[in-house]
Amino acid sequence: MAKDISVDISRVGDDAGQPEAAPRTANTCPRCDSHYREEEMVANLRVCAHCGYHFPVTARERVVQLVDEGTWSEIARDLRSDDPLGFVDTKPYPERLAEAERKTGLHDAMLVGAAEIGGLPVALAVMDFTFLGGSMGSVVGDKVFRAAELALERRMPLVTVSSSGGARMQEGVLALMQMAKTVAAVDELRDAGRPYVSVLAHPTTGGVAASFAALGDVVVAEPGALLSFSGPRVVRQTTREDVPDDFGLAESNYRHGHVDLIVPRPELRDTVARLVWLLAGGTPYRRTPLLPDLGAQRAVGRILGGARRRITDLIPDRERD
Amino acid sequence: MSGTERPPRGERLRFLRRRGADGDAWHAVELARHQDRPYTLDYLNRLCDDFVELHGDRAEGDDPAIVAGLGSFRGQTVAFVGHQKGRDLKERTYRNFGMPRPEGYRKAMRVFELAGRLGFPVVTLIDTPGAYPGVGAEQRGQSGAIARSQLLLMGLGVPVVACVIGEGSSGGALAIGIADRVLMQQHSIYTVISPEGCATILWRDAGEARRAAAALRPTADACLALGVIDQIVPEPGGGAHRDHGKAAELLGDAIAAELEFLATMPPAERRRLRRQKFERMGAFVE
Repeated sequence: MAKDISVDISRVGDDAGQPEAAPRTANTCPRCDSHYREEEMVANLRVCAHCGYHFPVTARERVVQLVDEGTWSEIARDLRSDDPLGFVDTKPYPERLAEAERKTGLHDAMLVGAAEIGGLPVALAVMDFTFLGGSMGSVVGDKVFRAAELALERRMPLVTVSSSGGARMQEGVLALMQMAKTVAAVDELRDAGRPYVSVLAHPTTGGVAASFAALGDVVVAEPGALLSFSGPRVVRQTTREDVPDDFGLAESNYRHGHVDLIVPRPELRDTVARLVWLLAGGTPYRRTPLLPDLGAQRAVGRILGGARRRITDLIPDRERD
Repeated sequence: MSGTERPPRGERLRFLRRRGADGDAWHAVELARHQDRPYTLDYLNRLCDDFVELHGDRAEGDDPAIVAGLGSFRGQTVAFVGHQKGRDLKERTYRNFGMPRPEGYRKAMRVFELAGRLGFPVVTLIDTPGAYPGVGAEQRGQSGAIARSQLLLMGLGVPVVACVIGEGSSGGALAIGIADRVLMQQHSIYTVISPEGCATILWRDAGEARRAAAALRPTADACLALGVIDQIVPEPGGGAHRDHGKAAELLGDAIAAELEFLATMPPAERRRLRRQKFERMGAFVE
């Protein structure tokens, strides 16, 4: 089944993230062909109720799924990318950025802010694969840095949710340096004794996989996510090796010891909350009723109550009819 | 100090706006990959009075694509780590074309740690088309090795100087590229992805590598203007491949000058400035 969920990494940075069969609009499971209404998708946290396939989640929806209702406050929302190289491939880079902005309502491939998860305050950074393949340029790099700064200032843990094809080629070597920048941010966290939980969603590859996303004190992966430095196609083309069906998948990474946990999406919020609580010292008075015995189903229902309302709140006006 | 120092910011931005100011990018790519260009061991043999190569990552194996060891450089022990390419087909295959596997980065980390503990400065030489994209390399943790090598260098208490001596391509290069001072030889390139890789993705045609190279602006001039490197190290006329001895002398002078300067700073201050240097990189508007 590996083929069904692997992305064509060669398209990342171009129009990747919007493959023809974009489940975001089709709402049809690419693995078992089950079809869902949009409300069902939201209610099921975009997990196929039939086969457990995890559909992609936008950054906004991920925030709604993860954080306690009404606790999200975004920072650095007006950061926009510059065009340091005057980069032109088949289109000028600023045009690509403008297009991605129109399509997603985001200024770049990451949202950062302060929030509470299970009653515990965290600095949260969430990537959005639909914005130029979740590629990391100067804005993503700076947002990771600011999220870490926020965590340091308010003595909170950092939680990141990655989904990225890697560094953004259109920013050239400066995009490469964003890897170093995010690593510097993690180094600051470690120096100050602030914990960091890294959640890896499909796909986390290239420069993001090989920088901050790999450096969580605890690394959590979603089932079936492609997590690798090089994508399967590049490996096949470069080495002519036989690439196994489960190449780079979360399950393979787990077997080889590169992730701590594989957590299905309905349990993700609970798991992150438990980790954050334990990493923060596990003091009894902070323990909220949510932890740790609330079943996945109830958690889903709880998030949902707010989710329908809140998602529309979060979508910018120009995207609403 | 030899070489070109970083110009003021206004001047740098003006330079970048002049398209083509950094010359023929493809020519730079070809020179950086020239098969007679000195590789890491060519330099180490000339730079060090004595050099002992260390082998193995103490877990899995030894990666010939990365050379690591201790050398005596101008009167002090220095830990050297560099990518190593090969010249003939046999050696190239042995060195895996300078494309490291996780064992290579773990060997590098082991030597960085040793240097940190015993107080030796670290010098890294960057020359790779990228980390090896193989099934086994992925299974043994390529991403994590690259990330952890950067993190280790970022926090190291001793002075670190990195120099791109040929091809500095992608995360495979940056893994050993975190330093207090980052240098580039005049005819080397530093880039987020190889021009061929970029062409395959953006133009769907590896044959567009020349156009990709022009768009990526990987030359030393452009990297200096972007604030990614601190200094350009001059090469003998025509390029380092023309005169290995002279190239090594110029490189050695540049490294020695940087080490001398860095030795005067307290370790905590050096670390703070190292982080800050990378935290300031980027181009965005708010």
